[in-house]
Amino acid sequence: MPVVKSLDDLKRIREEALQKRQIKTSPGHTQIVVGMGTPGIAAGARETIKAILDYIENNKLENIVVRQTGNIGRDSYEPIVQVIVGDAETVTYGKVTPEAASEIMEKHVKGGSVVRAYIIPA
Amino acid sequence: MNFSRSMVLVSSDPESVRRGADEIYALFEKEIAARDMEGEISISRLTDTGRPDAAPIVVIYPEAVVYGPVNAENVKEIVEEHLYKGRVAEHLLAPTRELSGRIGWLKTRKGTLPAEKRIVLRRAGRIDPENIEEYIAEDGYQALAKALTGMKATEVIDVLKESGLQGRGGAGFPTGLKWSFVAGTQSEKKYVVCNADESEPGTFKDRVILEGDPLAIIEAMTIAGYAVGADEGFVYVRGEYKLAQNRLENAVKQAREYGLLGKNIMDTAFSFDIHIHSGAGAYICGEETALLESIEGKRGEPRSRPPYPTTEGLWGKPTLVNNVETLANVPPILLNGGQWYRQFGTPSSPGTKVYTILGNVNFTGLIEVPMGITLREVVNIYGQGMKDGATFKLAQTGGSSGSVIPASLQDTPMDFESFRKAGVSLGSGALLICDENTCVVDLALVLQKFFKFESCGKCTPCRVGTGRIHEILTGIVEGRGTLKDMENLDYLVDSLTRISNCGLGQTASVPINDVLKYFRPELEAHIKLGVCPCGVCPMSAPVKEPAAVA
Ligand SMILES: Cc1cc2nc3c(=O)[nH]c(=O)nc-3n(C[C@H](O)[C@H](O)[C@H](O)COP(=O)(O)O)c2cc1C
Ligand code: SF4
Repeated sequence: MPVVKSLDDLKRIREEALQKRQIKTSPGHTQIVVGMGTPGIAAGARETIKAILDYIENNKLENIVVRQTGNIGRDSYEPIVQVIVGDAETVTYGKVTPEAASEIMEKHVKGGSVVRAYIIPA
Repeated sequence: MNFSRSMVLVSSDPESVRRGADEIYALFEKEIAARDMEGEISISRLTDTGRPDAAPIVVIYPEAVVYGPVNAENVKEIVEEHLYKGRVAEHLLAPTRELSGRIGWLKTRKGTLPAEKRIVLRRAGRIDPENIEEYIAEDGYQALAKALTGMKATEVIDVLKESGLQGRGGAGFPTGLKWSFVAGTQSEKKYVVCNADESEPGTFKDRVILEGDPLAIIEAMTIAGYAVGADEGFVYVRGEYKLAQNRLENAVKQAREYGLLGKNIMDTAFSFDIHIHSGAGAYICGEETALLESIEGKRGEPRSRPPYPTTEGLWGKPTLVNNVETLANVPPILLNGGQWYRQFGTPSSPGTKVYTILGNVNFTGLIEVPMGITLREVVNIYGQGMKDGATFKLAQTGGSSGSVIPASLQDTPMDFESFRKAGVSLGSGALLICDENTCVVDLALVLQKFFKFESCGKCTPCRVGTGRIHEILTGIVEGRGTLKDMENLDYLVDSLTRISNCGLGQTASVPINDVLKYFRPELEAHIKLGVCPCGVCPMSAPVKEPAAVA
């Protein structure tokens, strides 16, 4: 366990964490971030994340990191899923039901084309 | 989240639509697309501009420039000149009308940026809240390191004072000053307490921070411990916030593992540890002295003051109590400096504020914006207009004890100072937006029921007064109101405000007081005419089921 004893320790941990993140956002890697704050969970984010994991397993997809995050404050659009393919910009989807999640996985994550219908308007 | 460089708002009230606003909206989309600027510029609709003379209106942010009346031919020019070349098309500007109270705001705010500015929420919704490495990757613990390795405790407090940060728990007390009170009290033992009780109905800003970025609170409390000379902290979390509690527990555990809590943090003489304490669901336990009683294991009743917690708090020791959002502001202020913080918000209320938007608007959720934006901006820009094209009637700010703000005050900048001047209060940051179908008497009744239930009963004016107000209002909505009731309400409001022991009783009368002040005719209609103008109240006592005839 890295114990932070000095400013240098902190810097090192920070750089390592940033490096890990860099790997995740390099070409060939995909990140899927599901909003799992109270509003997300209440709107069904658990089912959504399950559908995403199932899809990955059934289709034997690789190099995908699925992780959770807190509420980003756009509650009317929960469950919210952010998809980051390689170093492309984050695409934020709203009202992602398990069905919508499968569609996004199929078309965006696997097929490479963004699913406009679920994108949250800015 | 998509950040756009400009925001185009096209009015969509019935008058604007009649004059072709929909066509204008479509033309904007087309023209913007033709120049490949879709990714940078967002278009949305604006309702109720209050300027039929200039409809259809087009507002462009961040410059807050107002064009109107705009016709189809103008669109190309606005896109070309303003959005593409960055020059304001002066001859198309809407005539400014001063002191109409309605759109003067746009003129005065020209150049200030109402776009969301995230300081407190910059990590929430982006990082994994259960992984300390992600926190550290995004500047986490830099502020604590800066304080411990290069600043004296008094210097930390000076930066806070310079920033002008005011408490976000409701009262707006200057944070730096509070810290200096605790720091200045001599004692072997001191405590830092984070008030995460958040039981104000409709408020959930603290929960978002706790769930999305729990380590920010842990770091801020550690900094506070260093600055005021405390070695132990408590987070008092609302009982219902199970997820927040779990994430906090996890955050504390990880911070301990990394040596960022515990003995001799970062090899200095400073030691600090934090406990997570769950509340049990009482609203009054958000009041800081009741909260302290509750942590001590006693019944959650407010203490008499003075002494204040800063001198005699938890177990009689000097204690710093701060709200979650207040604390979340501390690390970025320390990292970037007090002057940096002052560039946001207004001179008397620097910084940003997190609001939860709820009620009859198209978008509900959470925003963090600079202090001093107006209700109208919140409703039309962030709330994306009233639902179903209804008219804005009132807003309640700050949860149940917040002010009821009529449409006529919706252009008051929302900061502590301006609201105080207008005689209303900002409260904790809930914004309940109500349309014309909301009956104010019914609203007041619902709120009074809450206070009657939550009054702790320790002092008479509040215990009896909240019940009496509720009783009178019940009579009015059931059609039994008399003019004497109005007098009694005035009297009760006055006594509650003046002689209650704690903030609950003192502010329980705020909404009903505002109703008496701004909506008296509506209340009188219930009493004198026996009608509820909105058709909400029953206006007749519930009829008992007639006994069945044998
Ligand atoms: C009835 C009542 C309920 C309160 N509830 C809360 C609450 O839920 N959260 C909170 O932070 N402050 C609440 N407060 C305000 C606290 O007493 C206190 O002012 C605040 O925690 C101070 O923190 P600040 O200086 O950071 O704003 C409440 C006050 C009263 C009178
Ligand atoms: S004002 Fe109300 S809540 Fe406060 S101490 Fe008195 S009875 Fe209790």
